[in-house]
Amino acid sequence: MIKLDVVYVLAGLMFAAFAVLGAFDRRNPKRFGNAAFWGLVALSFLAGDRLGDLGNGVLVLGLALIAGFGLLGRGQPDTTGADERRALAARFGEKLFIPALTLPLVLIVALLVLKPLHLAGQPLLDPKQATLISLALAAIIAVGVALILLRQPWISPLQEGRRLMDIVGWAALLPQALSALGAVFALAGVGKVIGGLVTSYLPVDTLPAAVAVYCLGMAGFTVIMGNAYAAFPVLTAGVGLPILVRHFGGDPAAVCAIGMLSGFCGTLMTPLAANFNLVPPALLEIPDRYAVIKAQIPTAIPLLVANMVLMYVLAFPH
Amino acid sequence: MNAGDDGARGKGHRLGALNRTSPLMLTLLGVAVVVVGFAARFNPLLVVVVAALVTGLAAGLPPAQVLAAFGRAFNENRFVSIPFVVLPLIGVVERAGLQERARTLIGRFRRASPGPLLAGYMVFRQITAALGLISIAGQAQTVRPLIAPMAEAAAEARAGGELPETARLAIRAWAAATDNIGAFFGEDIFVAIGSILLMVGFLASSGISLDPLQLSKWAIPTAIAAFLIHGVRLLIFDRRLRHPARGEPAA
Repeated sequence: MIKLDVVYVLAGLMFAAFAVLGAFDRRNPKRFGNAAFWGLVALSFLAGDRLGDLGNGVLVLGLALIAGFGLLGRGQPDTTGADERRALAARFGEKLFIPALTLPLVLIVALLVLKPLHLAGQPLLDPKQATLISLALAAIIAVGVALILLRQPWISPLQEGRRLMDIVGWAALLPQALSALGAVFALAGVGKVIGGLVTSYLPVDTLPAAVAVYCLGMAGFTVIMGNAYAAFPVLTAGVGLPILVRHFGGDPAAVCAIGMLSGFCGTLMTPLAANFNLVPPALLEIPDRYAVIKAQIPTAIPLLVANMVLMYVLAFPH
Repeated sequence: MNAGDDGARGKGHRLGALNRTSPLMLTLLGVAVVVVGFAARFNPLLVVVVAALVTGLAAGLPPAQVLAAFGRAFNENRFVSIPFVVLPLIGVVERAGLQERARTLIGRFRRASPGPLLAGYMVFRQITAALGLISIAGQAQTVRPLIAPMAEAAAEARAGGELPETARLAIRAWAAATDNIGAFFGEDIFVAIGSILLMVGFLASSGISLDPLQLSKWAIPTAIAAFLIHGVRLLIFDRRLRHPARGEPAA
């Protein structure tokens, strides 16, 4: 069975290459900061399971200190200029889309063909991680297609990958660090404390009020915790099931499904959902780190209201 | 990846020690660190590590043990960072001129404009996510190399020249936002997505047994509402881009 470990090795080698190439990039005045940062990420992927818990803790602390003290610069590998790219675009034409389309195509094929495949009674791909394994496979194949079809230098995937990785910078590790923070929060009982506050101090006597408390609670809690998964068990155990389903006779499927989607409205509004809200501005080179959240909030709020109305209308006998 | 992706529920035996009853409000100190740190725009990575340490210390653990607990959770969540393996591909095709080609392609459609283009992308994103194909598109895979340049080029073609910097940045932010909204409010229609499985598991443990399909069908009304709300906003944004005199194209 192919497990995620294989993909970790692949990612580790990629980050190690970014670190080594970055260390030699004389155009970046902070090149050793970049080399150290991506080197630590490489170490985490290649040997994280052997570092021990404290070792991993020190590793994260190192990443945070490098980022916090502004030791990360932006590498400038040799790449093509604007005029050159226009000329290449004219020369290659629609061929340029082929590698970009290879990625989703291989991904779909892998999920449809490789995922159900069994060898000697065992699934070929670890079923829980099939998507990520397939994504890595698709990325490798698509890079191969790009190199052959577009006749780019063999080192270019690593140099160009490093260019983009440096553009994203420390924001790249934020989602993973926030997931780890979520685990610490969960086990320190942060969710229970907030859930207790919500359920004991807010009005849930009438159906509209209870629907509003549940939906707004899901969204607000998601904003604080950074993901709807953490909010769902707390609020559904506190408000959703005892009050909306048992007391007011709501349909549990509709209550839960629309409640979760109310949480997703919160995801659109929080910087703690970094992979959706803070990584994209970095990747798109938008200076305002909250620009994507600002574009999302005016959709999230009316959608949250729509969810409350939908739940009130669809989930309860009238 | 999905909107509620937690992945943080690792085994964390040592973390269990944090569970000792701690003073109620002290537990929330870590949340306060996050809120203040993000609002003051300190480096978020540093803020997160400090918040974790504060939460652990408030629960009465020695610093080394808190650091170990955080390190363990960080290691267990490495899968969160895996999608960056697509960057070498995106970089190579950019090097060979993909963004420029995407711009040329959209420039050929005289009537193309950024609002309807992004609305079309949103429909694509919602439908493919509903079919479980959440990873075939995304911020790195499609927004940076294709969607954002196409939307910018459509606006440029219409304006007949270069756009002001604020407008270009606003279009990019809207492209990213549209990708997120399309993905979030499409994926829950798919029966095997993490959040649906979480709900099935949670309800089962509460004595209510439901089929994933019974849950996922209730995501359809919200998906339609999301499209209508964001679609109207996209058209308004489009109009504002066309008449910048009436006001700055707000991000």
